[in-house]
Amino acid sequence: MASMPDGPATADHRYAIETEQLTRRFGACVAVDRVDLAVPYGEIFGLLGPNGAGKTTIIKMLTTLLEPSSGRARVAGFDVAAAPAEVRRRIGYVPQLLSADGALTGVENLTLSARLYGIGRSERRARIKDALRFMGLTESADKLVKAYSGGMIRRLELAQAMLHRPTVLFLDEPTIGLDPVARRTVWERLLDLKRAYGMTVLLTTHDMEEADHLCGELAILHQGRVAAAGTLAAMKALVGPEATLEEVFAHFSGGVIQEGGSYRDVRQTRSTARRLG
Amino acid sequence: MTFARPAAPRAGWVSLIPAMEFARGSLAVSDVELRKLFRDPVELFSRAVQPVLWLVVFGQVFSHVRGIVTGDQSYLDYMSPGILAQSILFSAIFYGIAVIWERDLGIIHKLLVSPASRGALVFGKAVAAGFRGIVQTVIIYLIAAALHISIRWEPPAMIGVLCGVIIGSAIFSSFSLIIACLVKTRERFMGIGQVLTMPLFFASNAIYPLELMPGWLRFIARVNPLTYLVDALRGLMIQGGQHIHRLSVDFGVMALIFLLLVSIAAKLYPSLVQ
Repeated sequence: MASMPDGPATADHRYAIETEQLTRRFGACVAVDRVDLAVPYGEIFGLLGPNGAGKTTIIKMLTTLLEPSSGRARVAGFDVAAAPAEVRRRIGYVPQLLSADGALTGVENLTLSARLYGIGRSERRARIKDALRFMGLTESADKLVKAYSGGMIRRLELAQAMLHRPTVLFLDEPTIGLDPVARRTVWERLLDLKRAYGMTVLLTTHDMEEADHLCGELAILHQGRVAAAGTLAAMKALVGPEATLEEVFAHFSGGVIQEGGSYRDVRQTRSTARRLG
Repeated sequence: MTFARPAAPRAGWVSLIPAMEFARGSLAVSDVELRKLFRDPVELFSRAVQPVLWLVVFGQVFSHVRGIVTGDQSYLDYMSPGILAQSILFSAIFYGIAVIWERDLGIIHKLLVSPASRGALVFGKAVAAGFRGIVQTVIIYLIAAALHISIRWEPPAMIGVLCGVIIGSAIFSSFSLIIACLVKTRERFMGIGQVLTMPLFFASNAIYPLELMPGWLRFIARVNPLTYLVDALRGLMIQGGQHIHRLSVDFGVMALIFLLLVSIAAKLYPSLVQ
């Protein structure tokens, strides 16, 4: 990968996300090990891997929640460690956990996000209305979120994350625990977001079908390392003409995707699934 | 192949004076906290049970014993500001549980990736927690009136009491937030919360004067923020209430402690999601 300039992105800068030897250790454990990624602007990029592969840790570093132990990462042209405030203004984030506040209504959740991103009162109302319509939530806008279905909560969270028109959207397991219909709806909205706003999306998943449906490019993570990266077609071609994504994954990581994950990862995944279900 | 870069984000984030950004972030956070509070006030009322017991049972009995010298004041008059301060302490000190809960729900992740400063987020939460104390104040005033405690009913004194209650709640809830950031789990927090409240309460002038304490305890009481809260409330709440410091000293010390705690909490807050 080309060396990364220090200043803000220049106009010809191609990548919305670039990492260089990105590493995160927790004590003796290396959760993310020298990861190099390059995500072009306007792309939906998938980070694929089983529980515990380091997906969430990478997202936390890219969203400035966690400092890298070593290596570098740039998001929307800014270094996550050197200019976290600049990065935060340009990103949206939907954590794996359900982050919408159940004790507030849909509109109140959106208003909180809009205010935190400094969207002025006059523009706030129009953008919230817009986001609710985009996500098909206009009817439920004034209901408490605890009465929403899992799919509705996810769509509300996407609405919250897009209010300030981020350059890059990070989604950690966006459809985990959703039923097939709700999952499809979230997929459609994501593709709409990409079309309508040219947003770059980085999502983590361990769902092959999801990666197949959404992602133009992906990276397969295994034990904190990138086992393979590139377009889906190129990866499939390497394995064999008829290869499925499962086979591609097994080929590069030497295992099946459902395995692995610490107690904590699994507990968190299950609790999110339970709350959605 | 080249990729078109999308237009610069229309974030609407006008970099005004940092203080305005700070206020905006704090207001956004405290606004939702208060909405939630008014939507479900049951918790606030349940927290009023304990002060009722202290005043009606403990206070009534001890005013007959006359074991504690409180000058011209009746013991009930003396202790009621202490019980108000105590109920503020006891409800604010468990605020951290709610913060850990929010972390488990992913709400804090979303706050922390926003451009609002960590200080603004923590300050907004503390101020909202400060307002929680107002309901308890109203309840204690009602009990005090029923027990014929010599309350100062003049509006300026009552406004002073409310200010004290708000800053006191804000102090102890920020303290609680710091503990939550350090211990990180609900189970550990429950243990530590129990361990902290009683010493803070007993090492203060809430139910007996500093003069009755041995030297070492008096020293602890002098650095305990609860002592300054009780002192201010005693002067503002009770007719002829004796207080040691001037009000400006009590409020000044509390404001300094609050700022110190908020800045520590702002530093530690992000560690909750790591």
